[in-house]
Amino acid sequence: MRYLPLDAAERETMLVRIGVPDIEALFADIPADKRIEGLLDMPPGMSEMAVERTMTAMAARSRAAGPAPFFLGAGAYKRHIPASVDHLIQRSEFLTSYTPYQPEIAQGTLQVLFEFQTQVAALTGMEVANASMYDGSTACGEAMLMAHRLTKRRKTILSGGLHPQYADVAATLTHMAGDAITRLRPDATASEDIAAAIDDVTSSVIVQSPDFFGNPRDLAPIAAAAHAHGALMVAVFTDPVALGALRSPGEMDADIAVGEGQGLGNALNFGGPYVGLFATRLKNVRQMPGRLAGETVDASGRRSFVLTLSTREQHIRREKATSNICTNSGLCALAFSIHLSLLGETGLNRLANVNHANAVQLADRLSAIPGVEILNAHFFNEFTMRTPRPGAELIEALARRGVIGGLPVSRLLPGAALDDCIVVASTEVNTDEDRTAYAKALGECLR
Amino acid sequence: MNTQGRPTRPAGSEGVAHRTFTGNRALDMEEALIFETGRFDATGVDIDEPAPFQSRLGPHARQRGLDLPGLAEPEAVRHYVRLSRDNYSIDAGIYPLGSCTMKHNPRLNEKMARLPGFADVHPLQPVSTAQGALAVIEALADVLITMTGMSAVAMSPKAGAHGELCGMMAIKAAIEARGEAEARRVVLVPDSAHGTNPATAALIGFSVRPVPAGEDGNVSAETVKATLAPDVAAIMLTNPNTCGLFERQIVGIAEAVHEAGAYFYCDGANFNAIVGKTRPGDLGVDAMHINLHKTFSTPHGGGGPGAGPVTLSPRLAPYAPVPFVVRDGEGLRLVEHASGSESFGRMTAFHGQMGMFVRALSFILSHGADGLRQASEDAVLAANYVRASLNDVMSAPFGDRVCMHEALFDDRWLKDTGLTTLDFAKAMIDEGFHPMTVCFPLIVHGAMLIEPTESESKASLDRFIMTLRDLAFGAKAGKRERFLPAPVYAPRRRLDETRAARQPVLRWTRPAPV
Repeated sequence: MRYLPLDAAERETMLVRIGVPDIEALFADIPADKRIEGLLDMPPGMSEMAVERTMTAMAARSRAAGPAPFFLGAGAYKRHIPASVDHLIQRSEFLTSYTPYQPEIAQGTLQVLFEFQTQVAALTGMEVANASMYDGSTACGEAMLMAHRLTKRRKTILSGGLHPQYADVAATLTHMAGDAITRLRPDATASEDIAAAIDDVTSSVIVQSPDFFGNPRDLAPIAAAAHAHGALMVAVFTDPVALGALRSPGEMDADIAVGEGQGLGNALNFGGPYVGLFATRLKNVRQMPGRLAGETVDASGRRSFVLTLSTREQHIRREKATSNICTNSGLCALAFSIHLSLLGETGLNRLANVNHANAVQLADRLSAIPGVEILNAHFFNEFTMRTPRPGAELIEALARRGVIGGLPVSRLLPGAALDDCIVVASTEVNTDEDRTAYAKALGECLR
Repeated sequence: MNTQGRPTRPAGSEGVAHRTFTGNRALDMEEALIFETGRFDATGVDIDEPAPFQSRLGPHARQRGLDLPGLAEPEAVRHYVRLSRDNYSIDAGIYPLGSCTMKHNPRLNEKMARLPGFADVHPLQPVSTAQGALAVIEALADVLITMTGMSAVAMSPKAGAHGELCGMMAIKAAIEARGEAEARRVVLVPDSAHGTNPATAALIGFSVRPVPAGEDGNVSAETVKATLAPDVAAIMLTNPNTCGLFERQIVGIAEAVHEAGAYFYCDGANFNAIVGKTRPGDLGVDAMHINLHKTFSTPHGGGGPGAGPVTLSPRLAPYAPVPFVVRDGEGLRLVEHASGSESFGRMTAFHGQMGMFVRALSFILSHGADGLRQASEDAVLAANYVRASLNDVMSAPFGDRVCMHEALFDDRWLKDTGLTTLDFAKAMIDEGFHPMTVCFPLIVHGAMLIEPTESESKASLDRFIMTLRDLAFGAKAGKRERFLPAPVYAPRRRLDETRAARQPVLRWTRPAPV
């Protein structure tokens, strides 16, 4: 077996040193009648070439986003990632190191996390960010729980524009902990009155902007209403590139900003691994979940970085910890940070502008098709279109024509009376030919 | 032949180490923050200007700046390469962190995860266009079930602690379905457990009742029976446990727990020791997460991403979270909604850590049934080899007892040396080794938990052992200068962690103008 360096003679020598007759003696603590006789019912080991052949055949059964006219977003975005990003994250010292518990020999990871935290704080307009969470949806759930700790209340209000699966994650956590939750009705035109739902026992109100349907939301009046009731406002975003074009959660007075960071540096990966972004005000930091890298000095006075404020965390506080979270999403955070370092503010602004331009051009093309209506007054790179045929049916018909046309809302919100709606996204990867292909195919499907 | 008058031997060592102008020490280079070296108007990505268009951002357009620096590609490459060189890694040497399982990360798995048919597939693409991705989930689920002898597996949890949460939610849902949610609110957790166990239980409203481990490092069935009561929902037990020992009475514990109407959650962090040797399902386990990043070597990446699928017994399988993959007719389908079923809901958006599934499956296919068993055996063999080679100079809390995949020592042997476990660990850094896990498990004073894994050659293990023996002799001989200032050869000396916590500086801020 190519990954196992020991040979039979060495194994024998080692058993002699240990002083046992055979390898089974080392497993003697397993009850005899519970040991596996022989081998597991699985195929034997395979050569590298054979594994590659098998896996490649599986991969070929999916249609990759790359070559197709691809207009699907809804929380995960097809992006062009600079080649250097994937090269750098595969450096052995990043890829094959552990959590930086011995900071003297982990300054690389720690400085990256410190830079990442600074970037996320700047991007969200907040004061402090952690070293990342699993993904956007779990970061959103953690924000809800953090609001409970800060307000000592246990009721959450979810905007109807929150990504439906994020809302499901929050609802599952809430149900399990025995807390209260109000989910406002999904509404493609963002006409909900969130402020009216907030009361004096509300812990937080969770609002996504741009929302699931693509509408940028003015969070400032919602934050004001929340604060008037002693509640917190949690701002959610699912594409970090949107923050290159839109007012930041911090600017609109959010208390906690969480989001999905996949859209920078990370491939689609069929949904994971991704990277959750989590930022808040400095005064809330001791109730924050997750790891934090901080600056300090070493014994010779040199600037150094170390994981800090760990008295919040499970390995110290056990059942009194702020969260059970142990890992962050280190390598994905690194990819995010490298991509954003390459872009800088200048590049991010340009990238956001191209995303917006492509979406505007696409919306113009699609809305010219008879029967197609764009529901958004404003949008960034994603919008909702209403069609005369059920969305799910249309998306399948488009896929047969080689176009991935977006997300039928009914897939995530069955029974919400939005079966004729499709959420459509466009990023920098889309070309004018892609838009032409989409408009042509959609026209044919609606004929 | 030297023909230009240059000396061909080094001159006498007249100089001692001096401070350099740069702060660098040859290949050991200081690297500033991107905020100090980057320019705030620079970018390393060329992006074409779009054709003129009418903005649809309305009043939501951002007006303020973000204060983010940019780097040209050569600057970025150099920045991250320089930073990387300040990290220890498994690729550079043995990384014997007990409980963390730092084994070799095969590069084939990285290559497979980057196939466009896996990496470039959107989680919400029409299912008809994502059959290959679903096939990976199904194939991995099948082999996890085969290895564990359980009846179902929830694939979506994002990491070990998330898997624990998933398993405990399934238990809570099962108890609710029995109408006992109010009555059963206590979870038993041994005091040797990972901190995530009590934290997870508390997160969903359980209170934690500790169970003490015995003198032999095991939890006894008698002790569990004494703690069981009608208010107990579950026990969370790690097996092999955090002392690196197999819980000998696990079957009796499972029976007692089930007899009391409770469930058995097994923390599978150490599953790598017993793959192919025994099946948790046969031991009476109701739920167990598997850390794909440990047992199946999807890389740790400096602290994640992980992946923590949870295997479930028939008693808990109906409550598994969505999504799951089902096969009907010719193809694979995703069940994405919990309504109308007993599923307790959803743990995360989308379908779990697909990139990690590909790597784990590639690892499992490479090993096969024979290789997986051999890997478990070699991991246990290596740990016992280290234990047997050090227990005459260091002290083991459980004497000569055989261990599983990790060898545990305490700090009794350091008594009278004036040195601590931490000093010993830091001295290992100067010798070019990553230290073992220290001060965990909490029940063993000054714990040193060594997990060599199956990836080390005998020569590597022998070097490691000889070094630790030499350090141990040095400690006992009073050579405190080797320990107290250590590390002295690392990129950094010991850090002031108190200052970091008392005066937190958690981000770069622009210095005030002078």
